[in-house]
Amino acid sequence: MSETEQTEEKVGWLRRLKQGLRRSTGAFSDGIASIFTKRRLDEAALAELEELLINADLGPAAAAEVVENFRRTRFGKEVTPEEVREALAGEIAALLAPVAVPLPFLPQAKPQVILVVGVNGTGKTTTIGKLAQNFRKQGKQVMLAAGDTFRAAAIEQLQIWGERVGAPVVAGAVGGDAAGLAFDALKRAKAEGCDILLVDTAGRLQNKAHLMAELEKIGRVLKKLDPQAPHATLLVLDATTGQNALSQVEAFLGVCKVTGLVMTKLDGTARGGILVALAKKYALPVHAIGVGEAAEDMQPFDPLAFARALTGAI
Amino acid sequence: MFETLTGRLGEVLNRLTKRGALSEGDVNEALREVRLALLEADVALPVVKRFIDEVRSKAVGAEVLRSVTPGQMVIKVVQDHLVEMLGKAQAEIDLLAPAPVPIMLVGLQGSGKTTSCAKIARLLSERQKKKVLMASLDVARPAAQEQLRVLGEQAGVATLPVIAGQMPVDIAKRAIQAAKLQSFDVVLLDTAGRIHIDEALMAEALAVRDAVQPHETLLVADALTGQDAVRLAEQFHKRIGLTGIVLTRMDGDGRGGAALSMRAVTGQPIKLIGIGEKLDQMEPFHPDRIASRILGMGDVVSLVEKAAETLEKEAAEKLAAKMEKGTFDLEDLASQLRQMRKLGGMQGVLSLLPGVAKVKKQLADSGVADKQLARQEAIISSMTPWERRNPKLIHASRKQRIARGSGATVPEINRLLKQHRQMADMMKRVKKMGKAGLMPPQGFPPGLMPRR
Repeated sequence: MSETEQTEEKVGWLRRLKQGLRRSTGAFSDGIASIFTKRRLDEAALAELEELLINADLGPAAAAEVVENFRRTRFGKEVTPEEVREALAGEIAALLAPVAVPLPFLPQAKPQVILVVGVNGTGKTTTIGKLAQNFRKQGKQVMLAAGDTFRAAAIEQLQIWGERVGAPVVAGAVGGDAAGLAFDALKRAKAEGCDILLVDTAGRLQNKAHLMAELEKIGRVLKKLDPQAPHATLLVLDATTGQNALSQVEAFLGVCKVTGLVMTKLDGTARGGILVALAKKYALPVHAIGVGEAAEDMQPFDPLAFARALTGAI
Repeated sequence: MFETLTGRLGEVLNRLTKRGALSEGDVNEALREVRLALLEADVALPVVKRFIDEVRSKAVGAEVLRSVTPGQMVIKVVQDHLVEMLGKAQAEIDLLAPAPVPIMLVGLQGSGKTTSCAKIARLLSERQKKKVLMASLDVARPAAQEQLRVLGEQAGVATLPVIAGQMPVDIAKRAIQAAKLQSFDVVLLDTAGRIHIDEALMAEALAVRDAVQPHETLLVADALTGQDAVRLAEQFHKRIGLTGIVLTRMDGDGRGGAALSMRAVTGQPIKLIGIGEKLDQMEPFHPDRIASRILGMGDVVSLVEKAAETLEKEAAEKLAAKMEKGTFDLEDLASQLRQMRKLGGMQGVLSLLPGVAKVKKQLADSGVADKQLARQEAIISSMTPWERRNPKLIHASRKQRIARGSGATVPEINRLLKQHRQMADMMKRVKKMGKAGLMPPQGFPPGLMPRR
């Protein structure tokens, strides 16, 4: 990929993220403006600020902490809305900076196995399609494993993505054993010398023990062929999800050693503020965010851009 | 996280319970915790504020001060108001229109529209014996139409044959036409997922609405939705006009605050909830059941209330009398088991008790407990009345007879008898505590609560 293309793309996604978030941050920014039109940062103002953060799905605990930091540094000062936005964005970006880590590529793995997990409807299959597209663009050999053998037409959905991006799809029968399929896919990917194997899984709610056990089995079976596999396990989170995301991360971490997060649907009015709470509690890398349905709408996670979009400081 | 909050809330409320009268300060302190509980449950902030204000105006004042136990009163006001806001009456899908009745499903991507569509179709065709036609207008997501076709086959519901390349409005018109010709009662239209700020897709939904004039327009939304719930419900309602809400993923461990938010901003009832991945796992919505879940405070008081509601008065009185005497035989245990099942089984009872979230989860995972209740009932039914009143006299050969009669094994009968002995012991302790005015220990079966 050329330098200009990269910049262009960067502008492209930033614009998209801004567009998505701006529509949503309208209310947030207005809120800040109305609180801080040249006003002293007092208790009442801080309380309102906390509410605005809660409104962005940070959750009461994380919102309280961010505001607490804010109080320490700026209490009683005269501030403008812009200053508040910038400072708040800086505060949040600092919290998020350590988790903004791109998905590492392991050239020696051959293939690097990436298992994609999450609850139903978060966008796992779409995320795989987008990831495959990105890897293909970098000239990598990619294979997809249609491990969602439960949902009707999930296999077809992945096959369509496979055709779009030019990646072979290993699929079995509907209702088949996902672990067995993953095993076969890894075997084939090894034989064909693929760089990346993306394994799709059926969506499952984290409180369904038997479904979570199935996930554990997939990991176990993959290890028979490659003790390092899966090299990465991505948990896909929906940006519209609220505080339940904490419970999702905890449960999936317990079962299948999640190595990183992908947050989808950030093009809505949802702000994905839960990422702040997650960063504080679990410090898991956030590899990418999804800001639209097209393949190029999958982007690396940029904490400052995210935080600025969140607070309307753009 | 929730456990600690529940604990804290419990503490505050416990303190209240022990006082004789309530000041405004006390109520405010309790309501601060309630506010946190609501926010942790993802109830949207504007809705939380409104709720707290309304509860405060109800709770502070004579109504509470005059009551015997003010703490309970606060909890009750909170609970009642929550149920009220969630919609008291149970709302059903309205089919009172000339056939074919068009029903349109809208919602965000991944909220579960297609699955819900098949579930609703199944519900209408099996329970109400309606002839239902489903049509997918989702031309955006790969294989979405195929998904509905497969689900239709599984549910035994007809789907409109797919014509590749046809646009949503045309598919909708074709569906209505086909339904008229083939005399279907209901047409379910599954639309593509759309974000409520996407103008093009909203315009498309509007065009479909105008073309078919749906009798019901249902918003399918994820019960795990966060603060965004109000905005999305508001937008969909404002733009397309909703007649009801379908909440999916209620079987997750989310506390479902979205239900309250969406009900509050749209004023439209929650008509159905999805409680599992299988096609028969869709149920009517019961506001009272979700109220305590949103609060996550599983208070013993509501358990007592619920027990009192469900228990036949007579049985309760009889039990009270037995407790006075300190006798508790197998007849009582059997009636306990029956009452427990009425309360929604072990899980239902446990969700009302604080601090047992973990136990509940394990139970849910095993799925054993409720089956055991039924089994134990069967064992007791296989005893003679004399045996039930005198459990001590059940010796080996009687056990064998009971085992044969109930399809159980002797060890199972031994376990039941042991359990009964333990409960009888507990009864004695409760009797003493009841006199001292203490609350019973946690995890105590319902109906055994000392009655004030």
